[in-house]
Amino acid sequence: MVEEHEYPISPLVRALGWTSLGLGVAQLAAPGAISRLAGVDDSPKAFGAVALVGVRELFHAATLLSSRDPVPWVWARVAGDALDLTLLGRAIADRTGWRRGRVTAVAAAAAAVTAADLCAAIRVSRHRPEKRSARWMNLHAAVTINRPREDVYRYWRDFENLPSFMTHLESVRTIGDGRSHWKAKGPVRKAIEWEAVIVEDRSGEVITWRSTGKATVDNSGSVRFTDAPGGRGTEVRVNLRYAPPGGKVGAAFARLLGEHPEQQVRDDLRRFKQVMEIGEVVRSEGSPEGTRALRQARQRPAQPVMSGSTS
Amino acid sequence: MKANCWMGRNTVEVQEVPDPTILNAHDAVVRVTSTAICGSDLHLYDGYIPTMKKGDILGHEFMGEVVEVGPEVRELRVGDRVVVPFPIACGACGACQHGMYSVCENSNPNAGMAEKLMGHSPAGIFGYSHMLGGYPGGQAEYARVPFADVGPIKIEDDLPDDQVLFLSDILPTGWMGAEMCDIKPGDVIAVWGAGPVGQFAIASAFLMGAERVIAIDRFPYRLRKAERAGAETLDYEKVDVLDALRDMTAGRGPDACIDAVGMEAHHPAGVVHAYDRAKQATRMETDRPHALREAIMSCRNGGVVSVIGVYGGLIDKFPMGSLMNRSLTLRSGQCHVQRYLKPLLGRIRNGDIDPSFVISHRMRLQDAPRAFEMFKNKEDECNKIVLTP
Repeated sequence: MVEEHEYPISPLVRALGWTSLGLGVAQLAAPGAISRLAGVDDSPKAFGAVALVGVRELFHAATLLSSRDPVPWVWARVAGDALDLTLLGRAIADRTGWRRGRVTAVAAAAAAVTAADLCAAIRVSRHRPEKRSARWMNLHAAVTINRPREDVYRYWRDFENLPSFMTHLESVRTIGDGRSHWKAKGPVRKAIEWEAVIVEDRSGEVITWRSTGKATVDNSGSVRFTDAPGGRGTEVRVNLRYAPPGGKVGAAFARLLGEHPEQQVRDDLRRFKQVMEIGEVVRSEGSPEGTRALRQARQRPAQPVMSGSTS
Repeated sequence: MKANCWMGRNTVEVQEVPDPTILNAHDAVVRVTSTAICGSDLHLYDGYIPTMKKGDILGHEFMGEVVEVGPEVRELRVGDRVVVPFPIACGACGACQHGMYSVCENSNPNAGMAEKLMGHSPAGIFGYSHMLGGYPGGQAEYARVPFADVGPIKIEDDLPDDQVLFLSDILPTGWMGAEMCDIKPGDVIAVWGAGPVGQFAIASAFLMGAERVIAIDRFPYRLRKAERAGAETLDYEKVDVLDALRDMTAGRGPDACIDAVGMEAHHPAGVVHAYDRAKQATRMETDRPHALREAIMSCRNGGVVSVIGVYGGLIDKFPMGSLMNRSLTLRSGQCHVQRYLKPLLGRIRNGDIDPSFVISHRMRLQDAPRAFEMFKNKEDECNKIVLTP
């Protein structure tokens, strides 16, 4: 229901990741054999150095294969290569005879790998989508509501209704001319306020808005309404785009506090469905505020709520 | 008020807790006059249902008198006598409007938790874990009942509690188990588990025109009850069920099989039981599906396997090849109780069925801890316990 837009891992990045994994495992499993192969087994430090390089390779593998944005990690590999070349350069200088030949061959191979990494890094950087200015977060969620499209649209169109199902909003006041004043609770309980303007409004179909002026949290959103097939009501699709306060760090911090932005949007739509279909947000004693990700992690026991307390 | 609270595996305690208050405009508060312990409460008691929390009030079979209603309640008034269905259903979502009340799309505020385990969330249920809503149950003096105009059925005549209480769960559950078998004249129906739900499934199958019903269990007192209802019986500790059923049906197999056992089945072969018990204990599978496996293997080609026993999560060694190659139909679901309340109340009133025959013990709410122990260990031929606050 919710996605944060990501890049697919490119085959090139994937290949680099697997190469790192193979090298890392070999270097950790058999550092002795590897240092013999490279001709550096005469140095007492070689054994440890090879294992350390192995650990670094595993780190590259993990970051390349699992990261949402591989660009910095491919460059990290290039930096790692530079380090390897420096080490190998010193190893060549210290050695003579067949050992020098071996080390030189290994250095040549490493240089080739460096060239491949550099090439990959330049390529993925160039193909990094424009949109991903590091501070933007894109969220998407959808829900089906058993009510006619016009009703669902009309309720949302009155932005003053939004706080009835978006728990992070304290209030929205419309000030005419498609403009509205929004007040929200921040992740650390500090109120954030901004003004928004409706950019597009097609009755029963779509509403798009964006913050104006110098909002603390630059944001925009759109909601689309379509008929669900076979009389199943209305499909509601929401896209939100915003720059989380404190950038990526702020967003990660909010996640640590249990405020997953993607879950918030999903929960908002669950409550929207309840408000549209039943007329109110459904509460249980375990979750007296209704659907809320934060509460799901910290349930009250299923015992009656003392009047006036919800903790 | 006093309420029976889950305090951890094998421990329940009657505690003093706050009285319920109206949380939603569609709520009613009911003073409980009778409440029962369900076989599925034992899954909670035994610790197999995830997301239970210390202090959770148990109980999803209850009835009583309305003492308070929220501002949006139209049908119920203070003083009405009602039986409350165990699934909580809003009546307005797509599922409810198609009569699929136990998969109501709005009644579980913790739907996100259920989605992690099950993909999508079913309805909330009274006293049945936080994954299913975090609602307090009815083993208490009072209970808050959400969607008071959708769930509870008014009992306007003088039918005693004992006769109507089981409309809350086990009677409609047994009924739906038989209904899913799509019984036709001449059909032989086999029922795994001759506990109260199985007993109601047997009675329902006969009411729907089954030719023969065969009950499978290991407790003599349950098998006797099944016999009294007209069923033939098999003790799975004494006979090979698959062989016996094949023999009894001249090689065909039962036309439909009802699993009224669920996730904590027993198996006569110690090794098989130990295998699943060990996997369950180490959480490698959450449920022990012996009855289900046997029901699938036993069913005639093209027949129906109807699952009303409760499962919580994952099973293994599922005989999918048997199910697929032999054109079996697997049907299941938590009972859509709201759908059956009126017709079944009608059947109780006209004497087709008197559900009170399942009751073996009546105890006071404060004796709930003892009652759970008795019921779990099948002491004193314990079949069904009704508690009164």
